Amino acid sequence: MSSQLYLSGVNRSFDGFKAINNLSLIIEKGELHAVIGPNGAGKTTMMDIITGKTRPDSGEVFWNNDIDLTKVDEAGSARLGIGRKFQKPTVFETLTVEDNIALALKADRGVFATLFDRRSADQQAEIDRLLELVRLSADRDRMAADLSHGQKQWLEIGMLLAQDPELLLVDEPAAGMTDAETMRTAELLREIAGERSVVVVEHDMEFVKALNCKVTVLHQGSVLAEGSLEHVSANPEVVEVYLGR
Amino acid sequence: MLQRLIDRRMGFFLGALFVAVVLIPLGNLVIAGQPVPSYVVALLAKYLCYALLAVALDLVWGYCGILSLGHGAFFALGGYAMGMHLMREIGDRGVYANPDLPDFMVFLNWQELPWFWYGFDSFIFACLMVLLVPGLLAFVFGWFAFRSRVTGVYLSIITQAMTYALMLAFFRNEMGFGGNNGLTDFKDVLGFNLQSDATRSGLFVLAALALTAGLLISKFITTSKLGKVLIAIRDAESRTRFTGYRVEGYKLFVFVVSAMMAGVAGAIYTPIVGIINPGEFSPANSIEIVIWVALGGRGTLVGAAIGAIIVALAKTLLTGWFPEFWLFALGAMFILVTIYLPTGVLGKFEQIVKRKPKPATKEVTA
Ligand SMILES: Nc1ncnc2c1ncn2[C@@H]1O[C@H](COP(=O)(O)OP(=O)(O)O)[C@@H](O)[C@H]1O
Ligand SMILES: [Mg+2]
Repeated sequence: MSSQLYLSGVNRSFDGFKAINNLSLIIEKGELHAVIGPNGAGKTTMMDIITGKTRPDSGEVFWNNDIDLTKVDEAGSARLGIGRKFQKPTVFETLTVEDNIALALKADRGVFATLFDRRSADQQAEIDRLLELVRLSADRDRMAADLSHGQKQWLEIGMLLAQDPELLLVDEPAAGMTDAETMRTAELLREIAGERSVVVVEHDMEFVKALNCKVTVLHQGSVLAEGSLEHVSANPEVVEVYLGR
Repeated sequence: MLQRLIDRRMGFFLGALFVAVVLIPLGNLVIAGQPVPSYVVALLAKYLCYALLAVALDLVWGYCGILSLGHGAFFALGGYAMGMHLMREIGDRGVYANPDLPDFMVFLNWQELPWFWYGFDSFIFACLMVLLVPGLLAFVFGWFAFRSRVTGVYLSIITQAMTYALMLAFFRNEMGFGGNNGLTDFKDVLGFNLQSDATRSGLFVLAALALTAGLLISKFITTSKLGKVLIAIRDAESRTRFTGYRVEGYKLFVFVVSAMMAGVAGAIYTPIVGIINPGEFSPANSIEIVIWVALGGRGTLVGAAIGAIIVALAKTLLTGWFPEFWLFALGAMFILVTIYLPTGVLGKFEQIVKRKPKPATKEVTA
């Protein structure tokens, strides 16, 4: 087996409440995978566990088959190649758009290496390419705080790509986007997948449809159904807890 | 490189500082009739030490969002380290004429020098301690605080507790730092008589040089990629972590550098004012530094220095005219600045002076 990410029997409770309940999930290399589920299903907590923000009470989480992610912190997971986009767009507001990308660019993250860092021509070219990709070239010198909500979402995706991750965890990217932006985002994520693995958490069914990929339905911290969108939509349990509402 | 370090702001400030460095000693030592009295030289030198202290705080607070309410402690420790050397330099010229022990130890009937006073006979050793002691305290404190992810108000409170605890400790005679009188009655430094006008001017120039160095080092840090990481931490700490930066390492670095800078400010301050006592650790002192930075303009370095000078000048004038009024004036100043000058005096000034905004920041409708 050569999975990108392997979760098995993962549990995590908060004050007795089981946010993640015997969750098992496998993400293949290069796969685009959508995770849907009602509010409070544990989608964000699952990402917290994968990225070392939250430790599971029990269960296994493995990266590339042999690296135990339960022993890694946030920065460590990023360095392994896991990029994470937050539910609420989070960028460095008082830095320019270009600097946001530049900070995320794959490079030595040590304190002194960073202090004496000088941007190379290659790095500048990569920054330019990414700005072009997320359509922010014209806004490169603006403060990130001045961007629209949708632009911030894209900037954050650009920052993820700058990290050159093997896996992207994307939490509700379409929130607050216009329809056109939403479709363009789905297209972008489809482009990214293949070369990299992508896990998208989303509420917006139109968006999930546009992703056209494998879907996992999460409910009360565990997997309720898995398969194509048509397949899971046909599942009566899924309809009851989620789609039917 | 020079261009990177000396922008308009920095250029104007360092230019003004240079003019002062030339004119003040000239007016005190050379020009007949002494248009600049000696006490003014000492007073201005003291302001420059405060300015360096403010720059140190701005580095951690303005750029990295670490609101330290204990920077007075690093300043005081630097001051004590230098004070200990100055005490040793008194030698047998003290009241008790004891060649081996400072007066206060003779007074307490101590028989020998405590171990932690060893080495302070050497000026070089004392200078090392000026950097190492505050730096080490900041390192140990920061190591625990930043790794346990103590942030915001909680961090501010424990820094305040740190300086308070040190104050209580230094007040005790048994600590061996002169108890509540502190260290004083210094005679000279490196053989230069501390009462002489020439030494005063020398210390003034030294303080100006230290401030310049502090500003340029801080500017180097804040304009580097690391400086941008600091701002990133201030803006969105968890995003910075998920981008792969170990935030605690960055905080620790800047906190230690800042503490050392504060220590240097204290070390120059001690020979200028001729005394260092536990009052320097008082929590109120540390809070006052925050007011300097806020008033001058947080996150501008130069603004912090200007803020310190303005407040110190106001304090000198006001405590002369109405002593009981000072704390109210300080409080009022702080409130007015927070409400009306959120970007500080420097920010307001630049806003008035600036004719048109930079072309890069054109308005684009999103
Ligand atoms: N740090 C935490 N402390 C307490 N409860 C939490 C914490 N994180 C998540 N939870 C709880 O876990 C459940 C799952 O939350 P979450 O993973 O955010 O759901 P989703 O992202 O699917 O909407 C919620 O009931 C939430 O209140
Ligand atoms: Mg969520």
